[in-house]
Amino acid sequence: MIQYDRVSKIFGTGSDAVTAVDEVVLDIEQGHLVTLLGPSGCGKTTLLRLTNRLIAMSSGTIKINGQDIMFLDPVKLRQTMGYAIQEIGLFPNKSIYENIAVVPRLLGWEKGRIRERVDELLRMLRLEPKTFRDRYPVELSGGQQQRIGVARCLAADPEILLMDEPFGAIDPINREEIQDEFLGLHERLKKTILFVTHDIHEAIKMGDRIAIFQDGRLIQYDSPGQILTRPANRYIEDFVGTDRALKLLGLLRAEEAMDGSPVNIVEGSTSTGEALRFLEDKDYLNLIVIHQGKPMGYLYSKLLKDKNTEVKNVADPYPVLIRCNDTLRDVMSQMLLHNVHLLPVVDENGDLAGSINYQDIRKYIQGIYADNAERE
Amino acid sequence: MKLIDFILNNSDQCLFLTWEHIRIVAFAVFLATIIAVPLGILITRNEGIAKKVLNAANILMTIPSIALFGLMLPVLALIGHGLGKVPAVIALVLYSQLPIIRNTYVGIKNVPPELVEAGKGVGMSSLTRLKEVEIPLAVPVIIAGLRTAAVMNIGITAIAAYIGAGGLGVFIQQGIARAYDEMVMAGAILVALLAIFVDAGMALIERILTPRGIKIGRKQGR
Ligand SMILES: Nc1ncnc2c1ncn2[C@@H]1O[C@H](COP(=O)(O)OP(=O)(O)O)[C@@H](O)[C@H]1O
Ligand SMILES: [Mg+2]
Repeated sequence: MIQYDRVSKIFGTGSDAVTAVDEVVLDIEQGHLVTLLGPSGCGKTTLLRLTNRLIAMSSGTIKINGQDIMFLDPVKLRQTMGYAIQEIGLFPNKSIYENIAVVPRLLGWEKGRIRERVDELLRMLRLEPKTFRDRYPVELSGGQQQRIGVARCLAADPEILLMDEPFGAIDPINREEIQDEFLGLHERLKKTILFVTHDIHEAIKMGDRIAIFQDGRLIQYDSPGQILTRPANRYIEDFVGTDRALKLLGLLRAEEAMDGSPVNIVEGSTSTGEALRFLEDKDYLNLIVIHQGKPMGYLYSKLLKDKNTEVKNVADPYPVLIRCNDTLRDVMSQMLLHNVHLLPVVDENGDLAGSINYQDIRKYIQGIYADNAERE
Repeated sequence: MKLIDFILNNSDQCLFLTWEHIRIVAFAVFLATIIAVPLGILITRNEGIAKKVLNAANILMTIPSIALFGLMLPVLALIGHGLGKVPAVIALVLYSQLPIIRNTYVGIKNVPPELVEAGKGVGMSSLTRLKEVEIPLAVPVIIAGLRTAAVMNIGITAIAAYIGAGGLGVFIQQGIARAYDEMVMAGAILVALLAIFVDAGMALIERILTPRGIKIGRKQGR
């Protein structure tokens, strides 16, 4: 838990004074990953540097687990926090191994344990230990260097991580992978993480919560969903973009919007005649055919007319199945790709959990925005 | 070649004087290093003092060596060392201060700020940072300062023969007194050769002590 109470930092004096951080009040919950978002110069880096006392506050207090950091030894304090600086800053005179090993060595870990840890981190960041261990920073690309910077920050397994645009120099393909890997790691280890970014997509994807800054002030501190549906002011509206409803789709899961108890279902062993009557009686557009609880295809009247067999023999297979935790963005994309308006949703066993169509999605999103409008 | 004859006929003395010359310079550079390198590091922590120290070293450098020997004579005479190797070594140590302090200072100051920040950020103490980051990165520049000092000292030591310090300057001084051209030439050439060798030797040391990661970077032209 990190608590910022009216923290300010003013650089310079008199007419040259710049208020880089302005009366920030912010609580970072234990185990949360909080993304600090805002344009260049809004004070994100300064807030991190205040947290590990690389610079001194002008006013306010920062507490870590209830302890005022001003009463802690700065060198010890920094050893308990991983710090990945924006400029990467690998030591050029040290090999990759030595760079990552710095903090464990300062903490007096045994050689064997350090060695294992370094290899583990290299593998996690998609760098083959054998190839990279003994290289020097100049022999690596910018993106590779940045990954070493992240490894160095994680090395001693600190409870708190301060990461300043840690994936900024990594190419888009590797970045997605490393973001996913990092999220998985966070899921398992539940570190308290301050993650600076100026990329709204990254902030939404990574953050349990997002803190948005403008000119040193904290403007909004909320969950990604809240930021997208209830931007606090015009500035944030502009920042999250006019496509914020689409971004919201990327956050929501199929199971939230789906119809959990669809009624247009028939067993595979049903006869075509019976199915056709069911379809026409209820005026359904199509039917989902299930076999042993699993969706196996769909039916519409043309498929059923003038047939005399079990429906499983005539059903069209679904081009794709939606899983419960697929994002609505992926669902929409699949619907557009395959030109279907209804898809079955399956759970992790492949059993039918519900169905989803455009209407479900539209209604769900509308509901979210309406909820918020009501509360205002 | 009368010059070569002179050197061959007096090879014992040539070797002795060369060795004496080397000993004076080596001892002086050693003393200068253990004073000037820590001083150069110390002043990186305080800009105001740094200016004053560098200015003082600069002024020392502008005093002609003969004048410095003269100035020290009455003082050192009090402890019975007005002439000889003691004033010579003291003068060399003083002259060496500027190149060594300045290069140490510049070398450490030129360590990129993000590396200092990273060092602090991962929890290195000031001393650890110096040992693991700042000094290794400054080593090539510091050694370049030592190299300048050593080569310069070889020349000044030649003059110190006039206050009885010994070394190859003895040939020059006595050769002039006796109008013995070959002797003067032998002294001058041996001093020049010594300077060239020491310069090359220091260049080699600089290469050896430069951290590997930096050397690779240089090769790649980064
Ligand atoms: N050491 C410093 N001295 C003076 N001004 C600084 C210093 N560091 C940052 N600033 C100023 O503080 C403001 C915030 O900077 P920073 O925290 O680096 O922003 P961000 O990381 O969000 O891009 C900027 O206006 C910057 O110029
Ligand atoms: Mg920044």
